[in-house]
Amino acid sequence: MKKYIPLRLMKGTLSFLISKRLILILPILSLVTLLVMVISTGMGDMKIGPVDVVKAVIGQGSDIHTFVVQIHRLPRIVVAFLVGAALAIAGAILQGMIRNPLASPDVIGITGGASVAAVTFLTLYSDSGNTLTISIHWLPVAAFVGALIAAALVYTLSWHSGVTPIRLVLIGIGLAFATDALTTLMIIEGPLYLATQATLWQTGSVYASTWQDVQVLLPWLLICLFIALIAARRLNVLEMGEDIASSVGSHVQRNRLLLLLLSTALAGAAVSVAGGIGFVGLMAPHIARRLIGSSFGALIPVSAMIGGLIVIMADLVARTAFLPLDLPAGIFTAAIGAPYFIFLLFRHKNL
Amino acid sequence: MSSLLNNNLLRTLGFVLTIVLLLVAMLSSVVLGYTDITWKMAVEAYTQFDHSNEHIIIKDTRVPRALIAAVVGASLGLAGALMQALTRNPLASPGIFGINAGAGFFVVCAISFFSMTSLAEFTWMAFLGAAIAASVVYVLGSMGREGLTPVRLTLAGAAIAAMFSSLTQGVLVMNEQALDQILFWLAGSIEGRSLDHLQMVMPYLLVAWIAALLIGKHINVLSMGEDMARGLGQRTWLIKVLSAMIIIIAAGGSVAVTGPIAFIGLVVPHFARYVSGIDYRWVIPYSALFGAILLIVADVGSRFIIMPKEVPVGVMTALIGVPFFVYIARKGAKQL
Repeated sequence: MKKYIPLRLMKGTLSFLISKRLILILPILSLVTLLVMVISTGMGDMKIGPVDVVKAVIGQGSDIHTFVVQIHRLPRIVVAFLVGAALAIAGAILQGMIRNPLASPDVIGITGGASVAAVTFLTLYSDSGNTLTISIHWLPVAAFVGALIAAALVYTLSWHSGVTPIRLVLIGIGLAFATDALTTLMIIEGPLYLATQATLWQTGSVYASTWQDVQVLLPWLLICLFIALIAARRLNVLEMGEDIASSVGSHVQRNRLLLLLLSTALAGAAVSVAGGIGFVGLMAPHIARRLIGSSFGALIPVSAMIGGLIVIMADLVARTAFLPLDLPAGIFTAAIGAPYFIFLLFRHKNL
Repeated sequence: MSSLLNNNLLRTLGFVLTIVLLLVAMLSSVVLGYTDITWKMAVEAYTQFDHSNEHIIIKDTRVPRALIAAVVGASLGLAGALMQALTRNPLASPGIFGINAGAGFFVVCAISFFSMTSLAEFTWMAFLGAAIAASVVYVLGSMGREGLTPVRLTLAGAAIAAMFSSLTQGVLVMNEQALDQILFWLAGSIEGRSLDHLQMVMPYLLVAWIAALLIGKHINVLSMGEDMARGLGQRTWLIKVLSAMIIIIAAGGSVAVTGPIAFIGLVVPHFARYVSGIDYRWVIPYSALFGAILLIVADVGSRFIIMPKEVPVGVMTALIGVPFFVYIARKGAKQL
């Protein structure tokens, strides 16, 4: 039985391999995600039943429910999903591209670079009244540039007649220390009101997300997702190793650069909205691979769903488990993710 | 491996010279800074105290600062040397392996959850945190000879460090009031610490220092490899446990005073080995001295970067240390 159904569009200029399992798994995952979203929306200081949540979303609920759901809870949950999805896709691309199970945007310092840039942006373009002097829409661009610089640095510094996976991670970790120090520096250097904001930034939080954040993130994510799906077949080739990839006619360096840019764009966008939520980009692709195998056409959407799910659940725990405190979701992803990272270290004998 | 100083006479001379350097660094630390102070004033503050601003600054700020930097730098330096010997890992240090972050997390918890305010309580929490993080790293490191190579141990340590600092950030977000004060402490800072902080941990640190100096001979044996050491009749577990306790006390005590300061423990032992060779009876004291000097220099530098404000010294050491970390990681690249 064939595992994939080929799909060719525009006379073969665009083609996708659709995994048959994907047709089964994606709807199930979407359903689970929707369910968790509804439950999560209902939980918090004010408990709202699932039916009332759905009513509130479509504008049929009571005024107070509609207000709480539409203004406070829903944007936060949607942002959590988008951020998780973006980080997960970024992680899946990185892991495939450099054939390294430990790679993810936060482990190798890309998220850190984006954080520095974002905090610097906020410091430079805020006036004393805590308002931005230029449009917030420039923030993802700043974060992207920061992420790009970090990615370029890690890649060149790990180059030593080729890049070995473990060296890349090691250098990335070193760089992550430096970006952390720089972020701290910006926080202390910057005005006091920025401190709380920027501390959130370092941990990663979707606290106080608005529909505006969704507006900033969603188009960016959709475009990147589309490109990622088109690039999936190049990733499949790259994952066979540099030698095979170049011998089947793949422009290895050019493709790597393209994929690195894509991954960086996704991670940068996520950081610009939610800060450095750790380890999601690491975990989600691994879980997805268990479910669907490692063909990227299927792996990317499944990773995205799982990444989104992880952040929604982390945020749910973060804001409800310690009421009245509202913790950053990043604490929980780090608390689960760090042991998972160590587990991966043990499991992969030959990195 | 050849070293800069290749016989004991040279090593002793070098040692004396390093102590002189340390004294010069400490004196510079007293004199240099935002408030202009002359050498004469520094002496007069102790001989003919006249309640002038300068004299008060010298006695309350500058001198404690120099002393704290020296003590903390020395402790981190020797802890790093012991860790690198014990794990046979050139990247081992209390900062990279998460021991500083663990201690930091526990101190922040003490402040936020248990409203602890006394220095004694901080110190014990810092020791506890350092001990927990060290145990985790130790357990990971001893799981399987092939399973966890030095490089993987480094990665595991870094993951633990990331986890603890995330948890710490989380606790901070909950406790906004204390944020501003803790934030500076957390970034690693010597500014604003009084001698009381130092006095509190000094007895423990002294014990750790002396133990570290005495243990050098046994570390030499152990660094030949565990089987070899056991074959020579060493009770390796005893030496390991002792070293671990020294590391925990030295790193934990340091964090209790200044907050987590990274990279001193990483950089310094390499330099000490370069100067004095591989004999740990020399490497340990040299690491302590170089650690003290490096932290004092970083502290003095931190006063001038964004004058009149100050950069936390932990940020300074990270920015100095990261290029060095990259260098070692690349140098080790041949084996990776």
